[in-house]
Amino acid sequence: MSAVQAATRPESAQRVLSLYRQLLRQGNQFSAYNFREYAKRRTRDAFRENKNVEDPRRIQELVQKGLQDLQILKRQTVISQFYQMNRLVVEGGISGKDTPGHETVRQKDTGWD
Amino acid sequence: MANLAPSVLRQASRLASKSSISAVPRRGVVALSRTAAAPARCAGRRCYVTQTKSDNAQVQADTAIRLDRPELEKSGLVLDAQSGSTTHVSPMADVLKQATRMDEGQRPIYLDMQATTPIDPRVLDAMLPYYTGVFGNPHSRTHAYGWESERAVEQAREHIATLIGADPKEIIFTSGATESNNMSIKGVARFFGRSGKKKHIITSQTEHKCVLDSCRHLQDDGYEVTYLPVNNKGLIDLDQLRAAIRPETALVSIMTVNNEIGVIQPVAEIGKICREHKVFFHTDAAQAVGKIPLDVNAMNVDLMSISSHKIYGPKGIGACYVRRRPRVRLEPIISGGGQERGLRSGTLAPALVVGFGEACRVAKEELEYDSKRVKALSDRLLKGLLSMEHTNQNGDPEHFYPGCVNVSFAYVEGESLLMALKDVALSSGSACTSASLEPSYVLRALGNSDENAHSSIRFGIGRFTTEAEIDYVLKAVKERVGFLRELSPLWELVQEGVDLNTIEWTQH
Repeated sequence: MSAVQAATRPESAQRVLSLYRQLLRQGNQFSAYNFREYAKRRTRDAFRENKNVEDPRRIQELVQKGLQDLQILKRQTVISQFYQMNRLVVEGGISGKDTPGHETVRQKDTGWD
Repeated sequence: MANLAPSVLRQASRLASKSSISAVPRRGVVALSRTAAAPARCAGRRCYVTQTKSDNAQVQADTAIRLDRPELEKSGLVLDAQSGSTTHVSPMADVLKQATRMDEGQRPIYLDMQATTPIDPRVLDAMLPYYTGVFGNPHSRTHAYGWESERAVEQAREHIATLIGADPKEIIFTSGATESNNMSIKGVARFFGRSGKKKHIITSQTEHKCVLDSCRHLQDDGYEVTYLPVNNKGLIDLDQLRAAIRPETALVSIMTVNNEIGVIQPVAEIGKICREHKVFFHTDAAQAVGKIPLDVNAMNVDLMSISSHKIYGPKGIGACYVRRRPRVRLEPIISGGGQERGLRSGTLAPALVVGFGEACRVAKEELEYDSKRVKALSDRLLKGLLSMEHTNQNGDPEHFYPGCVNVSFAYVEGESLLMALKDVALSSGSACTSASLEPSYVLRALGNSDENAHSSIRFGIGRFTTEAEIDYVLKAVKERVGFLRELSPLWELVQEGVDLNTIEWTQH
């Protein structure tokens, strides 16, 4: 019942923003550098690309797609954290310092000899 | 290989210590007579580009320390700014004194997207149910387990078909593009060669090894094969193709995007010529599907090989497009239960098929976004690499897929550069031939010299490559190429303005 209501009601800007924030936060949980960066970049670009969409039906479609992607992200980030690889040489940027609160422990030293 | 950097550094410091005698021709290995070059030097027409000194060959601390980390950590050296005396450790220690960036990882950057690509999380997400819950045999018609697998397989087939503009019934699943190529070439040749009338095949010199090897195999069976040459940019000549087609020609096989130089062949024009002459046209599109727009009907393609693991899908699966109208008849290589229209028997792997289908769906959805991004990264990389002196791009600079950048660094051995760049996963050519040290046959077919072919490296850019990685690679390549060139006696001669072709190398 409430799901039907939610589906027919026009999406408020606040809900879309909340979805955006959730997608970004979830994407940041990938332990693999390339996937993490891609998830953040793709979310940002997709929202920017569609920021001028006015058609309510199209907005609803896009939000639905975003919600599906959020589910995928939730599952895949967990899997990604189970199998952690060594970090890439570029990670940590130019300074090479880990940002506080984002130190990850790697279990495997994969990729060498 | 693991201790390359320290040994190189040692060599460099040794050279630096003997810089006083470095005016004498160093390293007695190459005794040479500069007969032709001597007058030019007397006239004072030296054209230095940059100053060459043996002590210019310095290891750059920025990226080199990352290479040495495991050994240094093993030796118990604490690598931070606070460490005290460093005299008793290694010559690297002085360089490392300022090193504080030890939080960084050691896993190399992946820039070999032509060999394979990482599996997209969206693809894995679609596959997992078929590894955990749904396990039915898609060919079982008698129960629900089979039906649900079959439905998933058919949906995946549809995704693949829409990506290339085909009908789902025309998609045959195989184990990969190699099997698809074998199936197409050998299948068509054997079917039409049985009557003994059509025993001629046309292909090009820059094809993938599996196409060339299939053709070689058919040659042993009494078929005739024409290997079309390519011009110095890697494109085939359409007039030569037209001239090569004979009444007994059964098949033309030309790849869409070359795996080593990224050149895009004029597939639509080739398809048109083949249709006019009523010859079947097979194209190996493993590197092209999902990266450039393709339509089998607009391009008149009769057979097309597709690979899943080049488009962020799982390894171990591929597909072959086989046209139904006009029908292409093949003799199957694998016979058995008659699955896949009898062309490729054997139970399908639903999880892999679903992953492949999802990869195609994502590729179609993201085609525009990805190609824009890959183009931007590729331009950035090419601009940086070509701004170095004595570098050039291989292949046609207009008709190439931007995700495949092949660059030659003159006076540097490609393999030694690959070893020096062990923090970047690169290749000098196709993965199949990367074990041998022979120069790439594709670059040789372009008319490049052996030296040029030896000194070229392929950079593969994909969906998950970032700007930071490109910048790191540019920096690392510049440092290492400079370092290796400073060690090279040839580079010294070039800097002095000596034309290397005029040197008479003495025999020994």
